[in-house]
Amino acid sequence: MDILLEVQSELRCVPEESVSLIASELGLSEAKVNETKSFYHFFTSEPVGKYAVYLNNSATSNMMGMAEVADEFEKQAGIKFGEKTPDGLISLDYTACIGMADQEPAALINWVVFTNLDREKVKKIVAQMREGKPADAMIPQYGDGNNANPLVKSMVQNNIGIEGEVCLGEYKPGEGLSKALSMDPAKVIDEVKNSNLRGRGGAGFPTGLKWYFCSLEKEKERYVFCNADEGEPGTFKDRVLLTERIQMVLEGMTIAGWAIGAKEGILYLRHEYKYLKEFIENTIKDLRDKNLLGENIQGKGFDFDIRLQMGAGAYVCGEESALIESAEGKRGEPRYRPPFPAQIGYRNKPTVVNNVETFCSAVKIMEKGSEWHKKIGTEESAGTKLLSISGDCKKPGVYEVKWGMTLDEMLKMVGAEDTQAVQVAGPSGTCVPPSQFNRRIAIEDLPTGGSMIVVGKNRDVIRDIVLNFMEFFEEESCGSCITCRSINMILKKFVNKVVEGSAIKKDLESMKQWGKVMTNTSRCGLGQSSANPVLTTLANFPQLYDEKVSDAEFQSDFDMEKAIVESCEAVGRPPHVHE
Amino acid sequence: MSDKVKFTIDGKECTGKKGQLLVDAATENGVYIPVLCHWKDVEPAASCRICTVRVNGNYITACTTTVEEGSTVENDTPEIRDMRKTIVEMLFVEGNHFCPSCEKSGDCDLQALGYLYQMMVPRFPYAFENREIQASSPKIFLDKNRCIFCKRCIRMIKDDQDRNYFAFKGRGNHLEITIDEKLAAGMTEEQAQRAMEICPVGAILRKEVGFITPIGKRKYDKVPIGSDIESQNKKGGEK
Repeated sequence: MDILLEVQSELRCVPEESVSLIASELGLSEAKVNETKSFYHFFTSEPVGKYAVYLNNSATSNMMGMAEVADEFEKQAGIKFGEKTPDGLISLDYTACIGMADQEPAALINWVVFTNLDREKVKKIVAQMREGKPADAMIPQYGDGNNANPLVKSMVQNNIGIEGEVCLGEYKPGEGLSKALSMDPAKVIDEVKNSNLRGRGGAGFPTGLKWYFCSLEKEKERYVFCNADEGEPGTFKDRVLLTERIQMVLEGMTIAGWAIGAKEGILYLRHEYKYLKEFIENTIKDLRDKNLLGENIQGKGFDFDIRLQMGAGAYVCGEESALIESAEGKRGEPRYRPPFPAQIGYRNKPTVVNNVETFCSAVKIMEKGSEWHKKIGTEESAGTKLLSISGDCKKPGVYEVKWGMTLDEMLKMVGAEDTQAVQVAGPSGTCVPPSQFNRRIAIEDLPTGGSMIVVGKNRDVIRDIVLNFMEFFEEESCGSCITCRSINMILKKFVNKVVEGSAIKKDLESMKQWGKVMTNTSRCGLGQSSANPVLTTLANFPQLYDEKVSDAEFQSDFDMEKAIVESCEAVGRPPHVHE
Repeated sequence: MSDKVKFTIDGKECTGKKGQLLVDAATENGVYIPVLCHWKDVEPAASCRICTVRVNGNYITACTTTVEEGSTVENDTPEIRDMRKTIVEMLFVEGNHFCPSCEKSGDCDLQALGYLYQMMVPRFPYAFENREIQASSPKIFLDKNRCIFCKRCIRMIKDDQDRNYFAFKGRGNHLEITIDEKLAAGMTEEQAQRAMEICPVGAILRKEVGFITPIGKRKYDKVPIGSDIESQNKKGGEK
């Protein structure tokens, strides 16, 4: 993986000659190397432009005016998306959510983040490209907090709305770790178990139990993984933690290492956050210098070190076993389970994979005790949750709230009015209608990894949200399971039919049935939840569908006039066949 | 012996060994669970999903789950049959499968499952993907139209240095099977034959030989798929 990343960044592509060389050096077939290469969005066979533009086409980006930005890029560069200028200067591509939903439309240009884009800014950027200005020199001004750090130098804003008591509030570096190291590892696990901390990535598995299972394994070589592949569209809270609480994240990993008896930790960072790479690596180095990482940490005879692993653009790698596969240099295809990573994980050794936020919470639990943590939030969901709130509201950003907040309260907090729906937990979550805004954000009611997209009254939910999400899943399915590979594509086609007005009532019933098949038979969380945009809107917004579908027994998808538009243009005839 | 495990499949009492995969244990007990990607004693791929059963109420693939004492397995229920039929239909529309012109017709597991589940016409729209035939290797044709991505060839056919002849390319619905042209140049007749045999469909075909077994005498020409397994069942006097 690192070799491919290096080659791509050096040559702006991974050509066949390089594949050939890598294959012979590693003793693999070329087809095998291509297998990995072709899985990731950011490895290309043809060189990308000297300025490689990746514009985010997520639902939120669309809501915030992406179409205009895209149009301006095309006009200024004189090419379409998916193309490169003949001189090789600029390439334009779309990419899935880049974790900037609070400051859309946003794009990555040579891995430099550009936020809040509009036509004027695009004009300026393209003009500067023609002058040969480096992408990082085009940034008008740096963001707040560590975004302005000399190693980050990014225009990203943190947009922190609320600093809660667990992650974003007061943090005393090193204290949680000292406390943990003064305890027996088994006691640390007990403490985390007792705190009722549950995974913050979305699935909500009890963290202490995960650590406990891992510690029971016979195999002594174990690993700690931090999942910083924040890819669920609409979530960006890990971005803020990695920027403002990176030491806390690394400290949490170290505590986990002590608890389960691991010597190595790996932080898997999505490529979209490459602008934080140097900063994170420097913090790791810093901690080594302070003897908070490395050999014999704080004189306790505990060796633990952390390395950074970059991803290369694949949403599914946020699934823990796919993340491990990817870190092993393979395609990010989720593994079947059982066995779970805690039993057989990285290099087939027991591995604990936790979310960025989970590690931060663990540090605070060590510092303040499990009883303190248990008292925050609800009975089943203890502690706080960082919400990434975006879309149609006045104050998008990251809010660290106690579990148990209702959607009504949340909408008031961010200044959202005339809300039609809230998309809870991103595309794989639930689209909630106003009649259910009294429901609580909690693992027992509305679980979420943090993504909250507010959808205003003026939006077309099916076109702007559901269709966008299904395009996303179609693109991001790893393709391994037949159901996920095909049904996402088929559902997208049918949602498109609904949008175009050519769907019939029977189609809706079929969509429900097929969605259920995919949910029941897919191997990983992606396939098991990717029918949700369709299923939850069919259940919660039936009237939106009813307005668009006809009662007909049969309606052809084929539109004669549309089909002959091009040929009519060629011969200069109007495309009206029946006149 | 203590490593024996008792469980039931659709109410039938079955016995297996501890740690044994459910799909293999079922076969030994005369119960047919359809498979397309599974191959005994090869690391599971769990990609075709056709062997999905319900174990104690939970959906899981029989090729990845081991038998547990006292578990209740649902295999041939109307719901699961329909789910499997759906999967078969999906595989038919996803690729381009024209049975009458295929060398594997009659020996094809996908075709046989289509008959078993009485597929008349797929409920899905055809994708009509434009896929190529890779004919550059001296021993085999790789007809990508027919590949169902079972990974058998990827997992099982390797050269003497453990390098893969076959590999995936792309992801999602752009996934395709490829063959390494350099390595394939050195492929033996035996490897080519083996690759064709393990391919559950007609994606891998040998060059220069064909129709050795005439139509009418092929595996599924007269008996449905799985009947060899189920017949053991009848011998036991049940059902």
